Amino acid sequence: MSSIAIKENLVYTRTPLMTEKVLSFCPGCGHGVVHRVIMEVIEEMGLQDKTIGVAPVGCAVLAYEFMNVDMQEAAHGRAPALGTAIKRLNPDKTVFTYQGDGDLAAIGTAETFHACNRGENIVMFFVNNGIYGMTGGQMAPTSLEGMKTATSPYGRDVSTMGHPLKITELLAQLPGTYMVARHSVHTPANVRKFKKAVRKAFENQLEKKGTSLLEIVSNCNSGWKMTPTDANKWMEEHMFAEFPLGDIKMDGQLVQK
Amino acid sequence: MKEFKLMKGNEAVAEAAIRAGCDGYFGYPITPQSEVLEYLMAEQPEKRTGMIVLQAESEVAAINMVYGGAGCGKRVMTSSSSPGMSLKQEGISYMAGAELPCLIVNVVRGGPGLGTIQPSQGDYFQSTKGGGHGDYRLIVLAPASVQEMADFAVLGFDLAFKYRMPALILSDGVIGQMMEKVVLPDQRPRFTEAEIRKNTPWATQGKTPDREHNIITSLDLDSSKQEIHVNHLDEKYKAVEANEVRYEELQCEDAEYIIVAYGSSARISQKAVDLLRAQGVKVGLFRPITLFPFPKKPIAEYAKKVKGFLSVEMSLGQMVEDVRLAAEGKTKVEHFGRVGGIIPTPDEVVNALTKLM
Repeated sequence: MSSIAIKENLVYTRTPLMTEKVLSFCPGCGHGVVHRVIMEVIEEMGLQDKTIGVAPVGCAVLAYEFMNVDMQEAAHGRAPALGTAIKRLNPDKTVFTYQGDGDLAAIGTAETFHACNRGENIVMFFVNNGIYGMTGGQMAPTSLEGMKTATSPYGRDVSTMGHPLKITELLAQLPGTYMVARHSVHTPANVRKFKKAVRKAFENQLEKKGTSLLEIVSNCNSGWKMTPTDANKWMEEHMFAEFPLGDIKMDGQLVQK
Repeated sequence: MKEFKLMKGNEAVAEAAIRAGCDGYFGYPITPQSEVLEYLMAEQPEKRTGMIVLQAESEVAAINMVYGGAGCGKRVMTSSSSPGMSLKQEGISYMAGAELPCLIVNVVRGGPGLGTIQPSQGDYFQSTKGGGHGDYRLIVLAPASVQEMADFAVLGFDLAFKYRMPALILSDGVIGQMMEKVVLPDQRPRFTEAEIRKNTPWATQGKTPDREHNIITSLDLDSSKQEIHVNHLDEKYKAVEANEVRYEELQCEDAEYIIVAYGSSARISQKAVDLLRAQGVKVGLFRPITLFPFPKKPIAEYAKKVKGFLSVEMSLGQMVEDVRLAAEGKTKVEHFGRVGGIIPTPDEVVNALTKLM
């Protein structure tokens, strides 16, 4: 049988900026979509030969295996420090960091805040799934109140374990951040919105505007112990309630709600 | 005609780094090394050579900035003092694992903990045996003068790039703070992007169609590959030990006793040797310049001839273990030191050697 995937019928193909390696993410996880969208935008903007990415420690630790651009693997939480130096020393390169919630909002809080406060001219991606996926489902700084995890087996008690950290809203208060927004990639419509934001973020960098921070609220069906479909539903009902989607700061101005 | 300047050790290492073609300095203030960052901020090397200077939010951030810069093939450096060096160990271990060159300066003060701001040599173990987690070494250069602070900035960068590993200048509060005459190196250019792409083809400068994407990482989840990698590091460290040993000998030819000392302890011991020679004691000074690689072979040779070694260090006795290992029990090896930021006097060294006799 001849293939129907002839050139005339082809409406979508994998960007060559994603390698052919099989993703290490669990089926249903949002990371792979986030990876792909970032790489598509870099391809469409013709930035591959100028791009240097920084991978985190966490589920996306192997991002450099999948993203076909030059990449550096940071120690846990330190991606914004690497990004700072890479961009300062190579101002004509395009630099992005990619971090999870434990990486950006717990162990790397200092590096995150100060990179944003200096207004480092980089794009920061922050995938928030409210749990430590790679190490096996422990409590994250963004775990919701009452959320059961491996290290909060009776639910997150905010009186002893702290509150879900809305670090993105805090970072939007810093003069150095130029664009701060919260997205998701669990529906085609959300993916399209996210992709537009990614493009805007990289355009900001080309225009030397300062830090663009994009949070992606994502699911962790393995860590949440749900099917992918249930995880997305739970995310809409619970995660979005705590971490509402939308623009928080655009063109250097806080968005009035 | 060479130009002489009167400078602090901390200033000399900073100025020499600019002239070595350094691309970026990332640091955090701590006594007694803050003059490095202060000098660079006042000097504004960005206007001279394009070199970037950034005051980081912590030593942790600073060393990770160095990682990022080094990963791009840039000549980058940081400096700190002992408590700050403890914080940098994470990044140093990652750089060793990822095989990244850089220059690190430790102007050692007394510990443990917050310790004291006065000079010490208590970071020898941390510097020469690894410091952070995992199996790795640094190239460790021990300056005993302001001149060597300047010289080793250039040498440190060159060795770091030769072997793709961090080089550490292990100084101390005396060498960092004292002023001496110094001849500064000539200005050499910073690397161009074309040079980086050619000479350090592993560096992340952006993937071009003619090569695969470059990855800077210290991670390999496949243990069989990680073992190969760690063994590769070991081969490199063995090459460093074979090729890069540096030391200085003073009056060792006819010596019956040898004082082994580095850095400011060597300066003090040099005076002690003069005092002892005046008394007719045949004593010499052996000064390791590289602490890793440690000059094992010459010490082993002297061990066959001398009646004893005295390791003089501003610590409870750290380098003395390496002297003992090199001497292999062929002669006695003792230690003398002061701690807590106290600098030993030449007379104390004389007394310690007399006791050894």
